[in-house]
Amino acid sequence: MTSTDPALERGAESSRVLGPEEIRRALTRIAHEILESDHGAEDLVLLGIPHRGVPLARRLAELIARAEGRPDGADLADLHGALDITMYRDDLRSNPTRAPSPTRIPAAGIDGRTVVLVDDVLYSGRTVRAALDALSAIGRPAAVRLAVLVDRGHRELPIRADHVGKNLPTSRSERVHVQLTETDGTDAVDIVRPARTTGEGRA
Amino acid sequence: MRHFISIADLRREEALEVLATAEHMAQTQSRAIRKLPTLVGTTVVNLFFEDSTRTRISFEAAAKRLSADVINFSAKGSSISKGESLKDTALTLQAMGADAVVVRSGSSGAAHLLAHAGWIDQPIVNAGDGAHEHPTQAMLDAFTMRRHLRPGDPHAGLDGLHVVIVGDVLHSRVARSNVLLLTLLGARVTLVAPPALVPVGASAWPCEISYDLDQALAAGPDAVMMLRVQHERMVGGGFFPTAGEYSRRYGLSAARAASLPEHTIIMHPGPMNRGFEIAGSVADSPRSVIVEQVASGVFVRMAVLYHLLATDAREAPRDR
Repeated sequence: MTSTDPALERGAESSRVLGPEEIRRALTRIAHEILESDHGAEDLVLLGIPHRGVPLARRLAELIARAEGRPDGADLADLHGALDITMYRDDLRSNPTRAPSPTRIPAAGIDGRTVVLVDDVLYSGRTVRAALDALSAIGRPAAVRLAVLVDRGHRELPIRADHVGKNLPTSRSERVHVQLTETDGTDAVDIVRPARTTGEGRA
Repeated sequence: MRHFISIADLRREEALEVLATAEHMAQTQSRAIRKLPTLVGTTVVNLFFEDSTRTRISFEAAAKRLSADVINFSAKGSSISKGESLKDTALTLQAMGADAVVVRSGSSGAAHLLAHAGWIDQPIVNAGDGAHEHPTQAMLDAFTMRRHLRPGDPHAGLDGLHVVIVGDVLHSRVARSNVLLLTLLGARVTLVAPPALVPVGASAWPCEISYDLDQALAAGPDAVMMLRVQHERMVGGGFFPTAGEYSRRYGLSAARAASLPEHTIIMHPGPMNRGFEIAGSVADSPRSVIVEQVASGVFVRMAVLYHLLATDAREAPRDR
């Protein structure tokens, strides 16, 4: 599907890569992969990176709890949280100031547990590096893994994801636009191609 | 925000954004490792022309928690005591590569002059200028009030609260900054002072003025802020008849504190004259948040340094 959204920059084109059903299936698969590689959910903590990693971590926690046979509506506060990385970025000085978001760590902490970092898009890898630094200020997990909904390539650091919803080859000038029901009212992943005259894209 | 000079320059949204960031900073300071790498590689200069213990240490702690390097430059023992002008000091700091300057001065307008005279390009933070403003003190007072009186909402203002500020308003930059900030955030402020300690023109401030402490306390305020009587600025005397009379009429005694509603908090920017403007037992009582104000000061100053230093507002591609 190719369409021109008037809300985007003039002349930009957007095409849908994942819809609600594909996103649901990708997350279900990731949830099962996490359970398999860690032999159960006992020492697992899913930490979402704001903003869209946080609802993704919550959804994965729900899927894992269901697969583990926990009753629906059970308290999952020990299974997922949020990890703000604003204060650990290496590009703060070249970006407009961002107001930090709250960090929420399960009461049991992360020491000795397996932490799965969750984000929507993996790109340069710098966000994940910042998240690793932020984690080390909070505690010492037994292992840290990375789950992302979309891996769009163009890594600038030796970082890879353990669980990927969709590998999406992109050019640097394209933008990957993720929307989630919790934050944007709908579930969708789009690739936005800028108008030909525009230079470096943002994602 | 380019500089942090005066509450009068702030919009409500900007003040709330700084408070929200301060709340985030407070959260990071309860972690195992409290130092954040955010401002690594930057240098903050504390330029203090006036004596100060808590404000300077608070700024120093805030900068260091964010991994900035700190240079303390105080008037005593520096070339300022040899008569160097503010301009030459500023040019020196610029040449040395300071990324931000925190300035405290006995002269009203010193921070504004430093920011706008063209001697130095870096962000300037006002840490108190004469009897004009002390904006980070007002921010930490608002932060402390919000935590106690509007708990659980990191985006709340102070709408509907009533704050009584008592004492030496004439010499107090804290009172002026607080009147501006608290009203900006929606609170109602009553200043209480002997007539000789109310500045000329205070009637134009957005607050009520009273000369009777008991009457003001009878209204049941949500917070009572006692100001230090600044003896060192009262050259010539004559501001009130005797210390004993001032203390009787305008001091917060144990009996007066007991007459306040249960939820009322008691504040003081420090340093306190115990037994004079505030009774020792009141300062140490559970409703006193004076020590907490000091802790809040570090969070608020971290937030201010973050907003001034962690950006140069250039649009750039966002990496992930």
